[in-house]
Amino acid sequence: MNQNGNNLISIQNLLVHYDLGGGGLLDRITGGSKVRRVVKAVDGVSLDIKKGETLGLVGESGCGKSTLGKAILRLTEPTGGQVFYNGKDLAHLSQGAMRDERRNLQMIFQDPYASLNPRMTVGQIIGEPIRTFNLSNGGNIDAKVQDLMETVGLSRRFTKRYPHEFSGGQRQRIGIARALAVDPEFIVADEPISALDVSIQAQIMNLMEKLQTEKNLTYLFISHDLRAIRHVSDRVAVMYLGKIVELADAKTVYREPLMPYTKALISAVPVPDPQIEAKRTRIILKGDVPSPINPPSGCHFNTRCPYAISECKRIEPSLVEIKPKHYAACIRISPEHPHIEENEKAGLGRVGN
Amino acid sequence: MNQNGHILTVNDLKTYFQTEDGVVKAVDGITFTLSKGETLGIVGESGSGKSVTNLSIMRLIPEPPGKIVNGDIIFDGIDVRKLSIDDVRKIRGKRIAMIFQDPMTSLNPFLKISTQLMEVTELHLGHNKRQAYAHAVKMLETVGIPDAKSRIDNYPHEFSGGMRQRVMIAMALSCDPELLIADEPTTALDVTIQAQILELIKDLKARMGTSVILITHDLGVVAGMTDKIIVMYAGKVFEQAPTAELFATPANPYTKGLLRSVPDPAHEEGTDLYQIPGLPPDVAHLPPGCPFVPRCERAKEICHAQYPPFVQINANHYSLCHFAKEVYAESIQENSTKMNLKAEIELNPLG
Repeated sequence: MNQNGNNLISIQNLLVHYDLGGGGLLDRITGGSKVRRVVKAVDGVSLDIKKGETLGLVGESGCGKSTLGKAILRLTEPTGGQVFYNGKDLAHLSQGAMRDERRNLQMIFQDPYASLNPRMTVGQIIGEPIRTFNLSNGGNIDAKVQDLMETVGLSRRFTKRYPHEFSGGQRQRIGIARALAVDPEFIVADEPISALDVSIQAQIMNLMEKLQTEKNLTYLFISHDLRAIRHVSDRVAVMYLGKIVELADAKTVYREPLMPYTKALISAVPVPDPQIEAKRTRIILKGDVPSPINPPSGCHFNTRCPYAISECKRIEPSLVEIKPKHYAACIRISPEHPHIEENEKAGLGRVGN
Repeated sequence: MNQNGHILTVNDLKTYFQTEDGVVKAVDGITFTLSKGETLGIVGESGSGKSVTNLSIMRLIPEPPGKIVNGDIIFDGIDVRKLSIDDVRKIRGKRIAMIFQDPMTSLNPFLKISTQLMEVTELHLGHNKRQAYAHAVKMLETVGIPDAKSRIDNYPHEFSGGMRQRVMIAMALSCDPELLIADEPTTALDVTIQAQILELIKDLKARMGTSVILITHDLGVVAGMTDKIIVMYAGKVFEQAPTAELFATPANPYTKGLLRSVPDPAHEEGTDLYQIPGLPPDVAHLPPGCPFVPRCERAKEICHAQYPPFVQINANHYSLCHFAKEVYAESIQENSTKMNLKAEIELNPLG
């Protein structure tokens, strides 16, 4: 992964590990945990985000997708790795310097109820980033706040109201307006539609797409909703237990997924059409996502993978370009043999990397 | 089984709540029947009245502030509304069981899974401790909990979300109920786990012949699971039809809007997703005409002035709309063009 001019953000081997302790002398004597327990929430992620694109990040709960989003913005401190933005490594900036960078890097949160201060008026909430970064003063702030509210589809008259006076969808619009207040280049949207009603989800997705075109924004769109990700993303990264397991443009990921996990994930999504539902067969995965505390060795997916062989327990696969611009992390597939079903039939074991 | 083989008949049910804001008509007239082995889907956004409908059937409406003000709920020939609370308890959990949305809060965190499962059969089937324990193990195995014998004495926090939902289902099915009400059973779960749970409900339904009411906001979930569907909005039934017909030829602008606002594989790249404008209504302050009128793209004068009629389209298809017949005719036309596209999509529905 190089840092060519197209990339706005370049993440390299990013780690976020949480040490839970254990494995010390006392633990061994008292029969506590024998090994040190580490949650590897993000475990060596390398990813480029191109200018002006929407990169969809999809995965089940606990796979580390939100942690990755937060680690990019240093809302969670990375344990290792780099995040390049404008030639600077965000992961190693001082707190002060990082704070200045946040003018360009913003976040939209999942819960529109918890992410707005209930004691501040909407005008204060949206105006706060403008004041913090001294982008405007006095009456100009009010005018700018009102413009922002209009941009996100709220009435200009609502500046004096408090968050509780708004519905979930409207609050999410306030959250978006707050993120836009500083004219950012890059926005991490962490499950921005998950808490909303179906009819409101479409409104927020459309609003975000409109703003992207108008303001030339770049999004990292994090969601567990595969239908939404399909709709908004240019490229999609699939995450499983701290690692990116597949990456390609959105159409390709959904039409020709390579990884067994991605296939299962896509097949699990119910389609709102009874005729299709009656005919399709689902790949039902066994069991739950394993705990990210000391995840399975080798390929993290080997405990649930229908194609796992003994080597999958030993060898940790890396993300390889299997087809042009289509990356996957599986030892059983390679550019010469991209289809795991065929490899299974042909008895191909460890191929490629 | 009375009423022509119907296990459940609900007739013009109205449940109102007295609030500071005035009377909230949470459910304002819903009528349906459910046959043995049939699955009914109730779809709607938050506040549409879908959960209150089912709490009413179970007589679980807190009174006050709520009250069932009108209608009949006939379960296997029994008028549930006329039962004493003791008699309701004999049915609830035994003949009518319920699965709730949140498996985290619907299990008691202080009691072992075994205790919670045994309670049901000790109460309803008169099991002694040993019988109840054996039955509990059997139920956990039925719902696919691996190594059920050793897991049964665990506490809820030792189970994952999907496993907890399985425990809830095991509990609900313990007494072999005739009716299972599942209120958003998969909303809190990941898609791969959702697929497991839906498959489990389908499988159990086929084996035990249970009738199911499935409440959800996800049109995808009801598409593959149900025989017929009720779409609710602002406490009213907006549309009611057999599943295949509702998806193919909806006769209500709200249903159409909902169907169109789900990202669709056939959707053209670069175009906007269809959105229903505006916000879900404040049920305490509904406009005089159609409750959907501020959000409806085809609203005419009459829609603002008059409450819409509940139009019968054909034997089993109803729609609450002044223009139900027109909307239905349009859907039939659109559907014929859509059929051509569909052949392509069927192989890979999300591609």
